[in-house]
Amino acid sequence: MKPSNDTEILDADPYDIGILSNPNDYYARLRAKGPVVYIPKYSVLACGRYEETRQIFGDHTRFVSSRGVGLNDFRHEKPWRPASIILEVDPPFHTRTRKVMSRALAPKVLTQFKQDFQETADRLVDALLERGSFEAVSDFAEAYPTTVFPRALGMRDTDARRLVDYGAIVFNALGPDNEIRRAAMAKMPDIVPWITAACARERMSDDGLGALIYAAADEGEIDAAEAALLVRSFLSAGVDTTVTGIGSALWCLAAHPHAFEALKANPDLARPCFEEVLRFTSPVHTFARTANVDSEVAGIRIPEGAKILCVLGSANRDPAKWGDPETFRIDRNPQGHLAFGVGIHGCVGQNLARAELEAVLRALARKVDRIEFDGPAVWRPNNAIHALDRLPLRFTAR
Amino acid sequence: MIKITFVSHDGRKVTVDARDGDSVMQTALTKSVGGIVGECGGSMMCATCHCYVDEAWLERAGVRSDSEDEILDSAVAEIRPTSRLSCQISVRPELDGLVIHLPAAQQ
Repeated sequence: MKPSNDTEILDADPYDIGILSNPNDYYARLRAKGPVVYIPKYSVLACGRYEETRQIFGDHTRFVSSRGVGLNDFRHEKPWRPASIILEVDPPFHTRTRKVMSRALAPKVLTQFKQDFQETADRLVDALLERGSFEAVSDFAEAYPTTVFPRALGMRDTDARRLVDYGAIVFNALGPDNEIRRAAMAKMPDIVPWITAACARERMSDDGLGALIYAAADEGEIDAAEAALLVRSFLSAGVDTTVTGIGSALWCLAAHPHAFEALKANPDLARPCFEEVLRFTSPVHTFARTANVDSEVAGIRIPEGAKILCVLGSANRDPAKWGDPETFRIDRNPQGHLAFGVGIHGCVGQNLARAELEAVLRALARKVDRIEFDGPAVWRPNNAIHALDRLPLRFTAR
Repeated sequence: MIKITFVSHDGRKVTVDARDGDSVMQTALTKSVGGIVGECGGSMMCATCHCYVDEAWLERAGVRSDSEDEILDSAVAEIRPTSRLSCQISVRPELDGLVIHLPAAQQ
């Protein structure tokens, strides 16, 4: 694409391994350059200021998802897998599938899992307190969702490693053909057939969330093949993201002991605390949209066909919106943060994510006295997710 | 200026200036009215911005959509014919004077 003459140029590689590991300087440069900038390396536009990012990301009529939410334009390039029928589609098609998924993930439906989520979190925290020192990404952040989530879904087959790696494939696939995308794609032959098989109706119990999706097929709202694809969406979007959320929450609390003290004093801060973790760390750092018409944002012309990287991680750190975005404050209640997106494509699983994290944070608040680093935290570069790779921690009991 | 009056469950009234194009939920949060949570930010996912539109304003505020109806089912307070998700009511000049009643609880 050719940007209009009034578009500032940002000479940066958003998918550079260094930037993906430590993106805050790149975010600041992106915001300083302009509301919408051109990145020559990939011939794409990018936005990272809060107002414009919110506007573009939430405007599904001008900026569509059906041409892919990564760098590739599905109009010109074939997706690596059959496209998602909820993430990578527009209305009216999207309206139908979204309705089925949001009904299955409504707060009322999820209350049935609350007890299991809390008991599992309590047991896990107890076990880690026994050990004292542990590696929190594998022993906590991955262990928790890969226990409770397949149960909520009603999966008969579970394989924590494959579930986590499938998420890594899906999210790395949104970036360019770089080293990390190729490494993730190399795992496809082992993982994709397993995922597809695990989503089948006969591999689901009749009392989980998966069964609710297949019931919608029985009602004729969607067909059986669509039901299987929607169950696949649970696995694409529901594991790696919450793994990242838990890892990042632990990292935030270890790095900000006063915040953990406040949470211990008032465990009801669990929910606002998670919202601040989301704003501060943005598990999904970047999703793209594609301009479906010639239009204009903040006075900058955007030509039809332009890919626009919506840098959610940057919008969530925009001083113009947040005042003191570099400060982690669990009493901030950062309503309007973009970590779950905005508009019709806003994360359909956000109630489930909140339920899992509330249970985890409440368990920590009640049982743990101190959360301390037991070695350096290492970030794991991913083309769409900002997640920890290793987080050595030490827990002290209350 | 477009004025919106919020009436809490125990009868306290607060009138605020609203911005054309914002949702009633956003207005309540920006003006720290209380009684509205709006956890999902307006994606119709959480049912924590439940409100009752005053009878006199029902027609002008508009009817709830099918999907709104479905998510309202998750609201913790009683659902009445006047129930709406405040994130789905757009502030516009003809709603100047709108009166919104708030439930006792959202979560």
